[in-house]
Formats: sequence, C-alpha cells, structure tokens
Amino acid sequence: MPDRSILARALPGTPAGFVTVLAAALLFAVVVPVLNAGVGDSSSLHLPDYIVPLIGKYLCYAILALALDLVWGYCGVLSLGHGAFFALGGYAMGMYLMRQIGTRGVYRDPILPDFMVFLNWKELPWYWYGFNHFWFAALMVMVVPAVLAAVFGFFAFRSRITGVYLSIITQAMTYALLLAFFRNDMGFGGNNGLTDFKDLLGFDLQARSTKLALYLASLIALALALLACRMVVATKLGRVMMAVRDAEPRVRFLGYSVTAVKLFAFVLSAVLAGIAGALYVPQIGIINPSEFSPANSIEIAIWVAVGGRGTLFGPILGALAVNAAKTYLSAAFPETWLYCLGGLFILVTLLLPKGVMGLFEQIRLRRQPAAAATPDQAAVREERKQHA
Amino acid sequence: MMLGPGSARGAGLARWLGRGSVAKRFGLLLLLAALALAAPATVHAGGAPLLAQAAGDDQSGDQAPDQDTTGTDTGTDTGDNGQPAAAPKIVPHDFASGVAALNSDSFDDKIAAVNFLSGLADRRVVTVLQALDQDRLFARSDGSLVYKEGSVYKNAVTGAAMSGINPDDLSDVTVNDRMRGILDGVLGQLTLQSPDPALRIQAAEAIADQPTPASVGDLTKALAKEADPAVRAAMTKTLALLDLRSPDKAHRLAAIDQLKGSTDPEVRGQLLRLLSTETDQDVRKSAQEAADAISSRLNYIGIGVDLFEGVSLGSILLLAAIGLSVTFGVMGVINMAHGEMIMLGAYSAFVVQQAFRAFLPAGVMNAYLVVAVPVAFAVTALVGIALERTVIRFLYGRPLETLLSTWGISLILQQGVRSIFGPDNQAVDNPDWMTGGMSLIGGFTLTWNRLVIIFFCFAVLGGLAALLRFSSFGLQMRAVSQNRPMASAMGIRTGMIDAFTFGLGSGIAGIAGVALSQIGNVSPNLGQIYIVNCFMVVVFGGVGSLWGTLAGALSLGVATKFLEPFAGAIVGQILVLVFIILFIQRRPRGLFALKGRMAES
Repeated sequence: MPDRSILARALPGTPAGFVTVLAAALLFAVVVPVLNAGVGDSSSLHLPDYIVPLIGKYLCYAILALALDLVWGYCGVLSLGHGAFFALGGYAMGMYLMRQIGTRGVYRDPILPDFMVFLNWKELPWYWYGFNHFWFAALMVMVVPAVLAAVFGFFAFRSRITGVYLSIITQAMTYALLLAFFRNDMGFGGNNGLTDFKDLLGFDLQARSTKLALYLASLIALALALLACRMVVATKLGRVMMAVRDAEPRVRFLGYSVTAVKLFAFVLSAVLAGIAGALYVPQIGIINPSEFSPANSIEIAIWVAVGGRGTLFGPILGALAVNAAKTYLSAAFPETWLYCLGGLFILVTLLLPKGVMGLFEQIRLRRQPAAAATPDQAAVREERKQHA
Repeated sequence: MMLGPGSARGAGLARWLGRGSVAKRFGLLLLLAALALAAPATVHAGGAPLLAQAAGDDQSGDQAPDQDTTGTDTGTDTGDNGQPAAAPKIVPHDFASGVAALNSDSFDDKIAAVNFLSGLADRRVVTVLQALDQDRLFARSDGSLVYKEGSVYKNAVTGAAMSGINPDDLSDVTVNDRMRGILDGVLGQLTLQSPDPALRIQAAEAIADQPTPASVGDLTKALAKEADPAVRAAMTKTLALLDLRSPDKAHRLAAIDQLKGSTDPEVRGQLLRLLSTETDQDVRKSAQEAADAISSRLNYIGIGVDLFEGVSLGSILLLAAIGLSVTFGVMGVINMAHGEMIMLGAYSAFVVQQAFRAFLPAGVMNAYLVVAVPVAFAVTALVGIALERTVIRFLYGRPLETLLSTWGISLILQQGVRSIFGPDNQAVDNPDWMTGGMSLIGGFTLTWNRLVIIFFCFAVLGGLAALLRFSSFGLQMRAVSQNRPMASAMGIRTGMIDAFTFGLGSGIAGIAGVALSQIGNVSPNLGQIYIVNCFMVVVFGGVGSLWGTLAGALSLGVATKFLEPFAGAIVGQILVLVFIILFIQRRPRGLFALKGRMAES
C-alpha cells in the first residue's frame, strides 16, 4: 500500500471497479453524443436536443453531491449551505455571460446589462469589472465560493461549532444570501436573476455543438473532481479527515489542528460546488436567487444520503438517480413528486443509513459470509448500539 | 385548587391509559391552553365598554330623531295641507315648520327660520342647513322641501329617499350673501354643539383646516360650554392653531406655548409653516423650540412604536419557537417539520372556522377561535406523537439523520395539505373582538390581534413553564432529558415520555399556528417562512432553556424592528442573521447556556 502513488490509489482498486467506471464513462462520453449528433434526427435512436443539457445538469448536480460528500461523508460536517457556493459560482459565470451579450440586449447598451438600464443605473458597479474576460470569471467561479467558505468556516470551526449547530448556521448563511440576492440594489438582477445569455467564448449557446461541448465539459469536470476527491481521501490528510469525523476531540488531543483539516475540506468542497454552478448556468440559461433557498441545499444532502455518504461514487449515483426520477415524476405525476422525495428522505434515513452503496456492500458481504464482520465494522456496530 | 376536578377526571383517563400522571398532565395542558385563551378574552372585555359606549351613543342619537319624526309627521301633514305654497308667512314652531319657513319669500323670514332651527336640538337640522348652504335644497311644487344627496332626493323633513322626482319640477331655495354668512356661522356652531363628542371633535379639527373669520368666536363659545375633556383638548388645540395666524404677537407666542406639548405631526407641520413666514425673532425662536420639542417627542413615540412592533414580532417568533424549544431543546431532536406543525395548526383554525360558518348560528361565530386552539393542539399533538413513534424514535442519537427525515416529513405534510386544501392562500378571519385596535397619541394604533397574541404567547410560555416545573409529567420529562438510563431505572417509561414530549412540542406549534392565522393568510408553505427563524431563536437563546428562548425571541424581534427604519426590512433581517452567525461563534451554546453535566452530552 504505502509504496503506491496517491494517483494509483485514487484509481479503482479492482478490475471490476475499472470495468464499471470505464463502462459508465463510455456511456456518458460516447453514447450520448453519438445518439444526439451522430444519428439522424428522424431516427428512433436519436436523442432529442433538450436531453443533452438535461443530463449535463444532472452531471453538475453530481459534482455538487460529490462536493458535499467530501465534507459530510469524510469530515462529518453537514453543510446545509452548499447551494450557496453552487449559486455563487453560477452567478460568477452568469455575470460573464451577461457582459458577453453586449449590444444584443433589449436596450442595446454596450456595457450595462439590461436590468441595470431598466433600473436607471448609469455605470457598472465595481464588482462587475473584469467579468468581460473569461479567465477572470473562471477564476472568480472558484475564488468567491472559496473566500466565503474560508471566512465562514474559519470562524465556525475555530469556535468548535459542530453537528447540527453548524448545519443550522450554514442554512442561515444561504438564507441570508437568498434575501440579499432578491434585492434589486445588490446589482445581480434581483428576483429575475441573470438570463437571456447569448454566447460563451464566442460560441452560440443555442447551437447543438455548444450544448454538447458543455455537456462533455461537465462530464470531464465530474471525472476530474472524482479523481481529486479520491486522491485527497487516499492521503494522510484524508485519514485525518475521517478521524475528525469519527472522534473529533481525540484527533485534537493527538495534536492535529482540527480547524485546519476541516477548513481545507470545506474550502475544497466549496470550490467544487462553485465549478458545478458555473457549468450549470450556461446549460440551463438562467441563474436566479431561488438557487440559494435552503430547501435546495437540503436536497443535495438527500442525493448524498441516497447514494451513500463517505463513498464518493454513491453521491454521484444518488444525484443522477434522484434527479432523473424528479424530472420524470414531476412531469408525469406533478402531485406525487414531493411525496416521493419526502418518502425517500424518510426511508433512506431509516432503512438505508449507508445508502445504495451500503446496500451493494451488504449484498456482497452476504455472498462472502466469512468476511462479514471485520473488526472495523464490529466496532462501528458497537458504537451505534451505545448511541441508541 | 383547579387541579381537583381535573385530577379526578384525569384518574379515569389514567387508568384507561395505564399510566396515570402523564395522561393527567396532558389533560392539564389542555386546561392551560383554554386558560391561556381566557386571558386575552378578559383583555377584550376591558376594551369592550368603549366600543359599546360609542355604539350606544349612536343608537340614542338615532333614536331621538325617530321619536321626533313620529311627532313631526303630523306637523308636516298640517303644513302641507294647511298652507298654500305662496303663504306669506309661516311662524316656525317645530322642525317641520322651521324647514318649511326656509322657503319663505323674504330673506328676513328665512334668516329667522335658520336661527330658529339652529336652536333646535335636532340632528336633522345640520343636514338640511348644509344642503341649503351648498345649494342642494329644493322646493317642490306642493311647497315641501327636498334635498339632493348624491343622485338621490330625500324629503327634508323625514330624510326618506324619494323616487320619481323630476328635476324640472324643482325650484331652488335661494340664499343671499347675508344669509350665507349667518348660515356658515350657525353650521360651525351646530356641529360644535352636536350631541356626539366624536362629531364635535371632528368639527373642531375641521375648523383648524379651513377656518372662517367667525371660527375663533364659535370655538371660544363652544369651549366655555364643553365638558368632555377630549373635545376640550381638540378645541383648545384648534384655537391655538388659529392663534398662530393671529396678527398679534402675544397671541402667537401664547399659542406656541400652548402647542409645544403636542404630539401631533400636524401641529409640527403648522409650526414649520409659521416658521417659513414669520419675521419676528421671538416668535421664530419659540416656534423653533416648540417644533423641536414635538419632533423629539415624536421620536420617542416612534421608539415606543418600534418597541411595540418588536415585541409583537418577538412574541410571534417566541410562539413559533416555544414548541421547537421543547423538541430541540429538551429532546435534542432537530425537527425540520416543526414549521409544518405550525401550518397544520393554522389549517385547523381554518377548518374550525369553516365548520362554525357551515353548522352553527352566526351568533357564536366569534367563539370559533376558542375552539380552534384546543382542536389545533390536539391535531398537531397527535400528528407529532404518531411521527415520534413511527420515525423519530429510531433516529435518536443521530441528529443529522433526524434532520433529513423530518425534512422529508415536512415535504409530505406540505404536499398533503396542498392536495387537500389547494395551493392557494386561505383566509382566517379575526373574530370581532380581535378586529380594530386602540388608538394612542401620535396617530398610532395598537391593534387588538397583535395585543392578544402578545398576551396569548406569554400565557402559553407561562403554562409550559408551570407544566415543566410543577407537574409530574414535567418532572419525568426533565428526568429523561437529563439522564435517560437513570430515569428508566426509576421506573419512568422513557419511550412514552418521549412520545408525549414530542406531542407537547408539536401541539404548542399547532396553537402557534392558530395565532399566526390571525395575522396573515394560511398557505401550505406557511411553515417554511418561520422555520429558519425558529431555529435561530432557539440556538441564539440557548438550546434547552425556555427563558433563553424568551430572551432570544424578544431581542431578535425588537432588533429586527429597530433595524428596519435604517436598513429596510430585508437588510434588517440579513443583519440579524449575520449577527446571530457571529454571535454563535462567540457563544456556541447561546445566550443562556446550560452548565454542568447536561451541557456535555
């Protein structure tokens, strides 16, 4: 083990794992584009154009779920404000797209976005400077969530706010941002948010090729994020993170800086969430304050819980499955979607505490009864008994 | 003492449930809830006489002319039949003949009639004279008089609306300048002498807006006769306001002196108007001082208003958060469905209202709220107990999972209510005794519903504190929350206590919902509006401390309202949230942190 490089450890450990990951990558990276662009429009195998950004959206949500899993599943920090980092990344990208519109807006102002002209603003607020450059926007997509996470996390972790208290104040954070972004004076389009985007880096956002490119970009981002998370988890730092999750005071007494460890995970997670938001906005075509609503952030937690927290693969699976179900159900039976989502929350927490991945694990263990109770699992079971 | 019959009844219930004290105390809680409602009811009783008095005055005022009418109807008849239209002279001897005399040929006779009428203590005089003054009084061909009100003609004597009148058949009752002067004076005096104090105040205030040369004299005369202190105050104020325009410096100074104690923004306006035209330095100086004094007084009143609104908001937050303080504070359960319990309580109130409307006579409609409180408590407590037994009890010790599953429950409850009642807002009306309010100085009104909610909220808090402190259910609850294994060893059925505690917290959320239904509409996402704030209140105040919740709710409410004028409603709320986030960094356990063993778990 120790002689393998971190990268090697981040890759799937078994041949079966390799095959699964490759098959999934193949499905998303090759089959979807081919069915969309390669097959004629009249063919029954043709994938309609609206499906591509839809799957792209799910992939962005998967990155978001992955980000939350890193802090919740590995560091024990359940943030109910991750929607805020996602939305901030989205707004940063939206600001770039807004400035790209230029004179093609309704009011044809070369500098000011439409909503500012509408509000009778005379000049661009200072915080909009620089967003006409893509590199600057791309930087801000990561820097803004990172700074917020660093400042918020520093104060929260330093004062040893843990567990539900942290969840509640992260919820308050995203709620405060929700209220703030609803205001017109903030200069982010108020209630309507940012929309009517035209092009990205000169490519028309409505073109099929651009949509496919964005979709592939999301897929690549997801793959890189997964690889990065697995690398982090495989290092010694990752071990300390898990130790913090399992017994925070003990780690502190051993001389580790719990604050620094948590802060690292929280900031990295926020950056991933920001990137997810930035990829989400051009595919969806709008970003508005409702992305900040606390309900959205809690929904992320259920994707992670459904897939199985602390597994990295699980949350991706959870995000894809729950969102696909949401799209289908809210179109086919709009009344039932909230019942299903609510029931999912209850059933998963009651019956599947380790999510779908935990279920796979159980099935595998049942096949190999000898390996059923590793010392590690026995200890966990013992501890749970004590809690109850 | 009140426990006597309650415990006897409770004992039966207790045997039935197999575990005495818990069930008994639950009954007590219902009693407390009813008591809590009785408190606002007495408040209302204190306010009622005022309204009743006003209504009574109206009635007596209405009745007097009615009685007169029966007497004068005969007079009208004789007047109509006995006198030809061109009769040279009518000697006015009662209202009807006085009115008829207004259409005399000579202005002297008309003026005499006006003077005669002004001496009658009859409310209809004002109506007729006003019509005459505004050229709305007409004579019909048979000599009887009618006045036009809007597009309707009414008999000048009886006030009855008349149909089938052709405007071409009417002739104007003419008025000349001399007569109009007299008429104005008489009218001003008449309204000032109206038997209704409210009308007199109105007249005095109207004169301040549009003074005539005779106003000062009229007012002085009326003031000399006036006994009602409120009317006297209004008249004195108007006189002083008129004196501000007096050419005599001493008068102006005296008037300013009199007005400087006012709390009326209007008076400040008049003083500032005076300042813009005044040249005399002494007057200027004292007017400036008086205006400043009023401004600072208005500021203080503004602070009082903010304080009241803050306490009102705080009491709503408190009411919404008390239940959470029980489930989160005492049991450590993060109940994200708490807001939906509030919503269910509000819908219970709505259903009770609809049931009263449909099945009971309108006379008892006002009592629906008294029924809604225990109904809402029962409904939400049962839902809470059911949730605890089926979901939450499997998740003790796993707060994050509890959070997620209760969130799921909240989604289901929301959608359930949406499916049953529809997504639209439903209106729950205030009962009569909660509508309106009490007006205070500075043009500011304390509305009854806000006041009642403040009292109700404190009654609920007091009742809960008493329940926790003095009842054996409270004792067992505290024992279980402090040391579960030990409590269990002492023979307390911890599972049962858990269920009832959760039911209690949910039930209180339900009655909070009834209160919230009184200040706004009821909608399926009512709970979502309050949930974040509820958690803020509980965490800010200190988990597990009822008094912390009280302090947290009131200080957050007041802080929000004080920030609003400077920062606007939304920014104020954001600032409060930011403040709480910062505060929790400093004191992670809130304002009133539990100390000792309990705090460690």
